[in-house]
Amino acid sequence: MPQPIIEFKNFGFQYDAQAKPTLYDINLSIYPGEKVLIVGPSGSGKSTLASCINGLVPFSYPGKSTGSLTVAGLDAPHSSLFELSRHVGTVLQDPDGQFIGLTVGEDIAFALENDQVPGPEMHRIVEQVADLVDLKNYLHHAPHALSGGQKQRVSLAGVMVDDVEILLFDEPLANLDPATGKQTIELIEAIQKRSNATVVIIEHRLEDVLWRKVDRIVLVADGRIVADARPDDLLAGKLLREHGIREPLYLTALKYAGVDITPQMHPAYLDTIQLTEQDKQKVKGWYHAVQQAEQPMEKPVLLQVENLTFGYEEGQTNLEDASFSVRQGEMVSIVGRNGAGKSTLSKLICGFETPRSGRIFINGRDVSGDTIKERAAHVGYVMQNPNQMISKPMIWDEVELGLLQTDLTPEERKERVEQTLKICGLYPFRKWPVSALSFGQKKRVTIASVLVMNPQIIILDEPTAGQDFHHYTDIMEFLRGLNKAGVTVLMVTHDMHLMQEYTHRALVFSNKRLLHDGTAVEALTQPELVQAASLKETSLFELAQKCGIQPAETFVQRFIDFDRQVRENE
Amino acid sequence: MSKNAALSYLPRASVVHRLTGTTKLAFFLLWSTAAMLTYDTRLLAAMTVGGLVLFSVSKIRLSEVKGALLFMMLLVVLNLTAIYLFAPDQGTEIYGTKTVWVHLFWRYDITAETMFYLLNFFMKYSAVIPVALLFILATNPSEFAASLAGIGVSYKVGYAVALALRYIPDVQRDFHNISQAQQARGINLSGKDKVLTRLKNSAAILLPLVLASLSRIETVSNAMELRGFGKHKKRSWYMQRPFQNIDWIAMGLGLVVLLISLGLLVVHQSRFFNPFV
Repeated sequence: MPQPIIEFKNFGFQYDAQAKPTLYDINLSIYPGEKVLIVGPSGSGKSTLASCINGLVPFSYPGKSTGSLTVAGLDAPHSSLFELSRHVGTVLQDPDGQFIGLTVGEDIAFALENDQVPGPEMHRIVEQVADLVDLKNYLHHAPHALSGGQKQRVSLAGVMVDDVEILLFDEPLANLDPATGKQTIELIEAIQKRSNATVVIIEHRLEDVLWRKVDRIVLVADGRIVADARPDDLLAGKLLREHGIREPLYLTALKYAGVDITPQMHPAYLDTIQLTEQDKQKVKGWYHAVQQAEQPMEKPVLLQVENLTFGYEEGQTNLEDASFSVRQGEMVSIVGRNGAGKSTLSKLICGFETPRSGRIFINGRDVSGDTIKERAAHVGYVMQNPNQMISKPMIWDEVELGLLQTDLTPEERKERVEQTLKICGLYPFRKWPVSALSFGQKKRVTIASVLVMNPQIIILDEPTAGQDFHHYTDIMEFLRGLNKAGVTVLMVTHDMHLMQEYTHRALVFSNKRLLHDGTAVEALTQPELVQAASLKETSLFELAQKCGIQPAETFVQRFIDFDRQVRENE
Repeated sequence: MSKNAALSYLPRASVVHRLTGTTKLAFFLLWSTAAMLTYDTRLLAAMTVGGLVLFSVSKIRLSEVKGALLFMMLLVVLNLTAIYLFAPDQGTEIYGTKTVWVHLFWRYDITAETMFYLLNFFMKYSAVIPVALLFILATNPSEFAASLAGIGVSYKVGYAVALALRYIPDVQRDFHNISQAQQARGINLSGKDKVLTRLKNSAAILLPLVLASLSRIETVSNAMELRGFGKHKKRSWYMQRPFQNIDWIAMGLGLVVLLISLGLLVVHQSRFFNPFV
């Protein structure tokens, strides 16, 4: 047995700023060349675990550790960030935030510069690494001008110049569109094959990581390691679900159908899973037994968009000729790759930008001439990051802020705020400071501060980005509740689960145009559409094909409806 | 508004662009010191012509920086006007004679001496502005930190400045997005409201903006440390190019101009060139 390259022994850690330890009794050995996935809900300590490996803990975020941690032969808590950085390359969550250089070449060279590598040698290494990640022709480009996948490549190249033995990925899939996420997982695999590095991935989007093989999955919950097992073993059990990690959808479907999942079936990947004829019959039987939910009656049109065209700069368009309408009480996803025109569309609907041509009607009235403020009476907009919206320290003040600009009396304002807080489940917290809230609760505050203005439509930008399954469900069920109460909801999202589970209808944008206006299931199952818009086919689709169920779209739809009922009864 | 109102880098294939950042910074410092020291009309005239020649060599057209240029001219004119208003006899004090062209009112005469003094003052600006603009417009921002390090400034300081410059567009974008979202909540920030209300409402952008910027700083400083920033006293630079003959020539030229300026000071025992005696 070789020596482990990372070894935690009875390791514990407590941040100086916190009252309780974040990690307890960690015993974990990772061997050279392994690929290990660390999963766990938000706040489980998985990010702290990663920061212990690269040295951000305790060197940037101080605290006390117990037990021992050896990384590449170094006593990690007692060495230095710089020493560890020679062995561990870290790719942080948000590629945009970690670019330092103004061009790709400079950014890749950053670590070499700090090591005083002389010019000619530095250029040679940069070219070599850029070649490895297929960026050779982009060395003079600004990293911000690249696509999401290319940005990931730049970050990766930037840590690979050091010839590190360990590559650490901290939630590499957050903020990526589904197709780019898939490419990232493929890239990690390819790089590992070429460099023989040890790979540690921290991520809660399990199904997406399992697009390629991993050697082991470590499940972290409440600061402890709950499971450390081969993927097949872990996925056959119940631990993941119990700890709020969403298992791949095809497994959920199989379980609903009464199929017994065992490690021998190799359930970890869709292309390895072995289904017997009997299993397939069970799935078919389940498919025929499940009823498709009825679609509610169509209500009158609330928002109508006609031939909308817009460009931020002269001679350039960001949205071309978009036409669609949304009925009262609908919940609609707006999807497509970055730069496809989704955000532009929401800005136009909110009146942040003025269209070059085309018109927008709300309740049949042309609102093209309205100001942002006038438009705000009908349309509310919720940004992705609640911290970018909250401007008052107290919850009550924050929710009341918009009303202060209206002619309402103080009593009327009080009534409106109270009512909104009750709807949003924030009434018990009304006297709290915002800072005491969790991310999901802050999100509710921002939604409340928009709802208080009584809009008929709210537009949300990536409402669940970066959230684990528990918080995702929390936010989405809340939105669903609002929707049932009559608010029309539009969501810009990259999350295929969200689109599939919560919105019947999807607007798919690709290359500045509205490519598809139809059901979410269609957007997840039609190969041309999936490819053009950088989406990802749902694994349910493939499962249906494996079991010989036709049409697969109906199978997907029935699963969604059934799953909804199951989760509502939970 | 002119396209390049923010004065950002304009890449061109020119001799000036080929100089290293360090050379350009050093040349700019030498040149502007020379111009600050002297009021010698002949030297300033030569430097103005020289600066304009360099500008044309750089292949950057004046029309590309029209906005910035007009703004600077406005400042210069204001400056000259203020000098005249506060000290209408400055020229006589310096040159010792008084040749009145036109009498205006009270103590305000238009004298040949004061006009000449103001002309010299103007020429100081006209000598420095083209070279200053060139340093800003023809230095690749990537070389900026390297050029500061090249003249002996700590690379950490150089990097802090470079990063601050780099984040200006990001912060602007955040500002724009936050302001739009706040307006969509009915908070008025523009147009018809009273200035005071608008000012108060701007606070609604400030807090989120500061928080967003702080989190940006945290992310980038983590990213930098993880890649070994600050490990050694010195670092090398990917964008730094080796000194070539032309760099030495340019530095020499800057030094010569400074020496001439100093030489004139010593020879005349005065900073001024006096045509009136």
